[in-house]
Amino acid sequence: MSDPGHLGLQPDDPALVEHARTWRSAYVHIPFCRRRCPYCDFAIVDESQREVSQTERYVDAVVAEIGLVEQSMVLDAVNFGGGTPTRVSVAGLARIVESLSDRFGLADEAEISLEGNPEDLDEDVLASLVGAGFNRLSLGVQSLDDDVLERLGRVHTASDAEAVVVAAREAGFRSVSVDLIFGHPSESDESWRRTVERTLAMEPDHVSTYALTVEAGTALAREIATGAPEPDDDVQASRYELFCDAASDAGIVRYEVSNHAAHGHHCRYNLGTWANADYLGFGMAAHDHVDGERSRNVQRLDHYLDLVAQGVRPRAATESLSSHDEERDGLMLGLRLAAGVPLEGLAAVFAASPIGVALLDAGVLSVDGGQLRADPMRSDLAIREALSVSDPDC
Amino acid sequence: MDQSRIRNFSIIAHIDHGKSTLADRLLERTGAISERDMRAQLLDEMDLERERGITIKANAVRIDYAAQSGAVFELNLIDTPGHVDFSYEVSRSLEACEGALLLVDASQGVEAQTLANAYLAIESGLEIIPVVNKIDLPAAEPERVASELANILGGSPDEVIAVSAKSGIGIDELLEAIVDRLPPPDGDPDAPLRGLVFDSYYDTYRGVVSLVRVVDGRLAEGDAIRFMATSEDLEADEIGVRRPMIEPTGSLRAGEAGYLITGVKDIDLIRVGDTVTHVDRPASEPLAGYEEPKPMVFSGLFPTDGDDFERLREALDKLRLNDSSLVFEAETSRALGFGFRCGFLGLLHMEIVRERLEREYDLDLVATAPSVEYVARRTDGTEMIVHSPQDLPDAAELASIEEPYVKVMIITPSEYIGTVMELVQAKRGEMGDMTYLSPERVELHYTVPLSEIVFDFFDQLKSRTRGYASLDYEPLDYRASDLVRVDILLNSQPVDAFSTIVHKEKAYTYGRAMVKRLRELIPRQMFDVPVQAAVGSRIISRETIKARRKDVTAKCYGGDITRKRKLLERQKEGKKRMKMVGSVEVPQEAFVAALTIGDE
Ligand SMILES: Nc1nc2c(ncn2[C@@H]2O[C@H](COP(=O)(O)OP(=O)(O)O)[C@@H](O)[C@H]2O)c(=O)[nH]1
Ligand code: SF4
Ligand SMILES: [Mg+2]
Repeated sequence: MSDPGHLGLQPDDPALVEHARTWRSAYVHIPFCRRRCPYCDFAIVDESQREVSQTERYVDAVVAEIGLVEQSMVLDAVNFGGGTPTRVSVAGLARIVESLSDRFGLADEAEISLEGNPEDLDEDVLASLVGAGFNRLSLGVQSLDDDVLERLGRVHTASDAEAVVVAAREAGFRSVSVDLIFGHPSESDESWRRTVERTLAMEPDHVSTYALTVEAGTALAREIATGAPEPDDDVQASRYELFCDAASDAGIVRYEVSNHAAHGHHCRYNLGTWANADYLGFGMAAHDHVDGERSRNVQRLDHYLDLVAQGVRPRAATESLSSHDEERDGLMLGLRLAAGVPLEGLAAVFAASPIGVALLDAGVLSVDGGQLRADPMRSDLAIREALSVSDPDC
Repeated sequence: MDQSRIRNFSIIAHIDHGKSTLADRLLERTGAISERDMRAQLLDEMDLERERGITIKANAVRIDYAAQSGAVFELNLIDTPGHVDFSYEVSRSLEACEGALLLVDASQGVEAQTLANAYLAIESGLEIIPVVNKIDLPAAEPERVASELANILGGSPDEVIAVSAKSGIGIDELLEAIVDRLPPPDGDPDAPLRGLVFDSYYDTYRGVVSLVRVVDGRLAEGDAIRFMATSEDLEADEIGVRRPMIEPTGSLRAGEAGYLITGVKDIDLIRVGDTVTHVDRPASEPLAGYEEPKPMVFSGLFPTDGDDFERLREALDKLRLNDSSLVFEAETSRALGFGFRCGFLGLLHMEIVRERLEREYDLDLVATAPSVEYVARRTDGTEMIVHSPQDLPDAAELASIEEPYVKVMIITPSEYIGTVMELVQAKRGEMGDMTYLSPERVELHYTVPLSEIVFDFFDQLKSRTRGYASLDYEPLDYRASDLVRVDILLNSQPVDAFSTIVHKEKAYTYGRAMVKRLRELIPRQMFDVPVQAAVGSRIISRETIKARRKDVTAKCYGGDITRKRKLLERQKEGKKRMKMVGSVEVPQEAFVAALTIGDE
């Protein structure tokens, strides 16, 4: 099977990352959710709080925003994230894919991916998604323990999720990713071990693992403030290790802190982002990185719709990056990759600095085969120090 | 003004009993300040004084008062600090007065500083008017408090004046009592000049401004004057009073108090307690001065950023211009680098100095746990003063150590006597006598090592008596004690800034508590960090700060790299407030951990 996206390389191969830097992607933010999950602080519209869904108007606006972009590039990957992209009709998603294709053009066998929740997906929907050109599904499984799922505020069950994975394969998705959240205080070691086992038993193409974090302002944060137990860092570190070991035994390798893939199944959009490649962003609160600029769209749906209606790109902020800034960001992002970053330029300066040496001593950093890598569970520590070393004011 | 129409007085009180409020009310009632210009606590000038509601520096204001008899009086109100750390300032101010208002909160009763201040006033031979304040409060018990006051002063409860400084009740009666009951000054206006310098402060524009009480003679602008202790000859550039705004008067006569400016910039030339006289007709004897207060508590102050050392020195120099009780000398710590060992009058003084340095001079400081002044005798017979635990000679060279003891007075409701005794015993104190002020309140006297008081004695006293007990203390003597130094090792390296001198019997408990506390305070690092307590080469306690295993959040939502980067940069900025000790990041609170370990 020809796959220009992996070139026969393992997902954690530095040569693949090198290549990923040339990929061009588009990210489309779909800000709708059935209701807000207790731990989530993403920019979303909680449909349970609204009378009329605005999804079709939103699709129109995204299509219009695509028309406002000046740059041209052929897209290697398109990713729909959210929110819950599956809250928008397949026809709506298809219109967005089409307009991206018309406006920019899609590379041969481009990755067209979406995030979705099990409760929104049945055989019919899956089939029409494939019909609309989608070839990758990132499924919000979260856990395969029904008690934990309930505590996470999810409406699906473990067996629902397993059924959707099977159905997605049958419908013809080339890659199916199982997305998991670990370390909720209600999850036991045993529960997590079973979730990992059952996940790997499905032989997924890709797994994303997110340690539950407590974000300010969420229902979870409020619960904790009133005495509920907090997620524990050490427990989360152990659960993460357990997963990584089991996954690699099953041929699924970690290529980024939270992302693991079987050979040929890394997410191209994802890897491109971490390789500091350019990507376009569309939709409310979307971000992009194009031609030396990082921009962010407005965070409110009404503002987004208004601005696009006026024919204006709905930017909230833009940061232009010097070549030094780009190199710094490349280092910052690369330290999250299993491939690491080539030990040259800023990375070499960092590794040779006193703090770099201390981090190497402590095993937070390592050097191997000319690549500088960070321990994935402590990559923020490595990045904080890398940023301060690369700050030109210091 | 005719001397018989002058009254010089202070208000003395336990902290928060309403001294500043009463001063405000007196100024307002006599028209010294209009209601419109009134801001609360007018005489507290420093930001810190207002914020914390404490008076730190003495102050003198002149008020004109038309008495009911029709005669006009000149009242000089000398405001004094209300905290035990500054009690020497109280005694200084009292020297400039003939009378004092002893103010007591009617809802609290007599407290330790009420008594301590009352004794000071009696010793200085002052006439005292007892006043109960806050009689507007529902919980006020003016009769009970009046009888406590009468007990102490040996008068009748009828002599006690009841006021509300807040609402103004009784203020007229109090003003009348001031002119009727307090004596006028009795100096000789024709004798050679003798003026007492009872405070000095530094003004950026005018140099040293001294507060002077003229006892004999007359001090006028242009006079050639001499400070008798320093033999410094200067010229009186400007003389005046505060009303409370500065008002030049050209001269001060026997009995009057006001300010004197000489243009001098060096505060050491004009010592508080010195006597000013004329160069051409000098007095033969100076007035009885007072001793400079001795610092009792010592602590190291180190800039978090080593580059700020010079700025810290300059800031300390400037602070000293207004605060001659602050002493400091350069100190080097292996852990903290270059800084200063500073001597303070007490813990509040220490806190205030540190806060002023950080706020007014924008410095970020690490302070080490306070220590007292020890006298160490070596086996070879030589003696040394130890301000810093790290200077203590090795056990092998050490013959004995002496530590300062203080006389402690505690006033407490009698139901807490047992609790207070327990606390004092735990702090190596010895019981002295006990006096009932009333059936419900008792005055207790103890002898306690100062080092025990300096730590958390006050907080513990307050918490064990639900805030009802009050405390005052004064230096007593030095006594030999069985003391050892407990060292703390981080990552197997001794950290000099953590060393503390404690009683031998407490070394183990202290070491264990300290090590535990440090384990809580020092964040997990990238490697395991052993924390140990040692006496000499013997490890007495050990804990391990386990390496941090997880320092990452997965979320980089929708590719928001900018936000993630800024977040990480902010986190890093936050860490800059930590001090690197070897390769361990130590937060500032850890250096004063000894203060917060309690008795467990
Ligand atoms: N109710 C009442 N409160 C008062 C009275 N006098 C002072 N206070 C309050 O008691 C507190 C302490 O007063 P302050 O003058 O700062 O006391 P100082 O520490 O002795 O200077 C302040 O909150 C005042 O407002 C009074 O007569 N009645
Ligand atoms: S479905 Fe995802 S985006 Fe929506 S509320 Fe839940 S966690 Fe947030
Ligand atoms: Mg006050």
